[in-house]
Amino acid sequence: MFSKGTKRKFSDGDDEMPDESLVSAKVASSYSLQRQSLLDMSLIKLQLCHMLVEPNLCRSVLIANTVRQIQEEMTHDGSWQVVESFSSAGQSPSDRLVATEVLCRSPTSGREQDGEHKLFSVISYDGCREEEVVADETLCSVSVGDPSSNICLSGGLGQRWERGELRGVMADECDEACEDSRLGPGEEDVDAEEECPTEEPKSVGQVFGTFEIKNGSPGPDSALEELFSDVDASYYDLDTMLTGMQSSPKMGPYDLLDSLAPSHAPPSIAPSSNCRSDLNELDHIMEIIVGS
Amino acid sequence: MGEDGESPKINHSFLRDYVTEADVISTVEFNQTGDLLATGDKGGRVVIFQRETESKGDSEELAESGEYNVYSTFQSHEPDFDYLKSLEIEEKINRIRWLPQQNAAHFLLSTNDKTIKLWKVSERDKRPEGYNLKDEEGRLKDISTVTSLQVPVLKPTDLMVEVRPRRIFANGHTYHINSISVNSDGETYLSADDLRINMWHLAITDRSFNIVDIKPANMEDLTEVITAAEFHPQHCHLFVYSSSKGTLRLCDMRASALCDKHSKIFEEPEDPGGKSFFSEIISSVSDVKFSHSGRYLLTRDYLTVKVWDLNMEKGPVETYQVHEYLRSKLCSLYENDCIFDKFECVWNSSDSVIMTGAYNSFFRMFDRETGRGVTLEAWRESSKPRAVLRTRRVYTGGRRRRGDVGVDSLDFTKKILHMAWHPAENIIAIAATNNLYIFQDRVNPEAQ
Repeated sequence: MFSKGTKRKFSDGDDEMPDESLVSAKVASSYSLQRQSLLDMSLIKLQLCHMLVEPNLCRSVLIANTVRQIQEEMTHDGSWQVVESFSSAGQSPSDRLVATEVLCRSPTSGREQDGEHKLFSVISYDGCREEEVVADETLCSVSVGDPSSNICLSGGLGQRWERGELRGVMADECDEACEDSRLGPGEEDVDAEEECPTEEPKSVGQVFGTFEIKNGSPGPDSALEELFSDVDASYYDLDTMLTGMQSSPKMGPYDLLDSLAPSHAPPSIAPSSNCRSDLNELDHIMEIIVGS
Repeated sequence: MGEDGESPKINHSFLRDYVTEADVISTVEFNQTGDLLATGDKGGRVVIFQRETESKGDSEELAESGEYNVYSTFQSHEPDFDYLKSLEIEEKINRIRWLPQQNAAHFLLSTNDKTIKLWKVSERDKRPEGYNLKDEEGRLKDISTVTSLQVPVLKPTDLMVEVRPRRIFANGHTYHINSISVNSDGETYLSADDLRINMWHLAITDRSFNIVDIKPANMEDLTEVITAAEFHPQHCHLFVYSSSKGTLRLCDMRASALCDKHSKIFEEPEDPGGKSFFSEIISSVSDVKFSHSGRYLLTRDYLTVKVWDLNMEKGPVETYQVHEYLRSKLCSLYENDCIFDKFECVWNSSDSVIMTGAYNSFFRMFDRETGRGVTLEAWRESSKPRAVLRTRRVYTGGRRRRGDVGVDSLDFTKKILHMAWHPAENIIAIAATNNLYIFQDRVNPEAQ
């Protein structure tokens, strides 16, 4: 079930992962290893909602709570220190590596593009961090005093996790307003290109900058909502994930309206906001933005 | 029922022996007299068994020959499709609840994830014969051949069991229904899904009252769901619901229309020493049952069953370890999703014994008076009809006895999730995947 293919003994946790390259030398304790693998497992579980029947909400909520718990602990531990993770070429999934790369590239590019661009000021790291950190970030409720900071980048990066799986899932038309508050879609769209790793930092920053402008000023504590809600492509959108929407093009009115409520535009667009990040829509918007 | 020595003798009947997924039994329920036993399966079918009564001489000897045989089978729910969400709606029967019998017919409620149905089960063992205008096959007679009038008489025929849907309670739930419970007033019942509880009147299908709603304004804030709910057996205004965080909330419907505010909340303080990432998951209550007396609550979480006194909210009065040896395996059980298995728990008729299921086809019984538990197995190869059900043991250290099963040898695909206890006698029905086992205690047939 665990996609890494790691052989797990019953009393797991004591064994080190075969692909040790994942773990930085600084994060050496087996507890951190265990915790990380638990986090990985949980995130994968949340992703696997590509089924015809709605997934079990109780199970999803419990897994999501576990993920929150882990990331809270990792925040308190300060386990998000800089780690030289992305020298690790042999990682699986490679998405993480990509995410890390982009994350590392963005600070310079982002700031070049937009002075107010605070993508990484939110996460007070210095550039590169290991992919686990990226994953954690997306779940971390970073409370940003600066309303212009936008952590959708991390949200989007987190999306890279299941980028491959999520591709092709979204087909709906999304209201432009939906995407305003989501950098995620844009980011994801960027990620969706196969050549992610080789993407121009400039364009990435462009995307974020542009989206940020469109986004207006999300509230300081809307970061978490944004991270969560922009991923209809990602399980981070708890709403869609919990209600199993991500496998379906259309979302039910109840859940979408609720989840979109805090960070979205006025109710007048509510009906169309029923369709979340739609890759096609994102592509379209991206073309407009990047192409211009 | 203590350990060893007093294991109940078995009369076990293999009533279902299919191997298809659709035949996996998903719920088991006795009616109020125990004469009828209903099972629901993943394929949306309901099978009702009836206890045979046999006269031995001048008196009926139920204890010796009360076997359960198939009484009726019907398709309760069909697979459905939610067009709005583009998701299938499973036909799996999540719960069956019998209504108290008021006339010759029997009524039961069956529910899948979205729709509850009221079924009427009635017998027909007579039919009128001797119509004037119709012949035996029902064809109209030629009037010219009718020379005299006759009065149709009722003649006995083979017993026919008719099952008809009488009410369909649809569109009441956005999320998956996990419980239904008939009120002691005999007129209303509640249905609970992950986030809401509705109260229905049995005669009204187009309206229901929402009595509990824990859905947050922002779904991203969702951290807790409803896992089970039940009406109090005597007080028609009280009901309890359990949550995925291990809390029980007792609500009084007289207090307000919307019972979001509980009257009592039962919560065991967390043990700080035992806290792990799985603490919350294993504290999630999978089933809650009022005792027959109405004084106690029985809850099942992943590793334990607990008895709560309604008068004491700060913690359970009794805690029984079902399979503590799994505590060190939680990570693996999380990985293979077994940690999310929802086991049921039941009281016996006198509330002196509680029972719940486990893995490897094992189920556990706990005697509340002695505090001792016994492990039994529902597996045909190890028992013959009328054989004594022997106790099993999971080896967790110490001296290993013959027949002990090692923890690593447990079969986690053989889970005993659903079970029922006869309302008056020591007869239990255990669902093991697609098999139904019925065990009777011949030593002590009547509950103590």
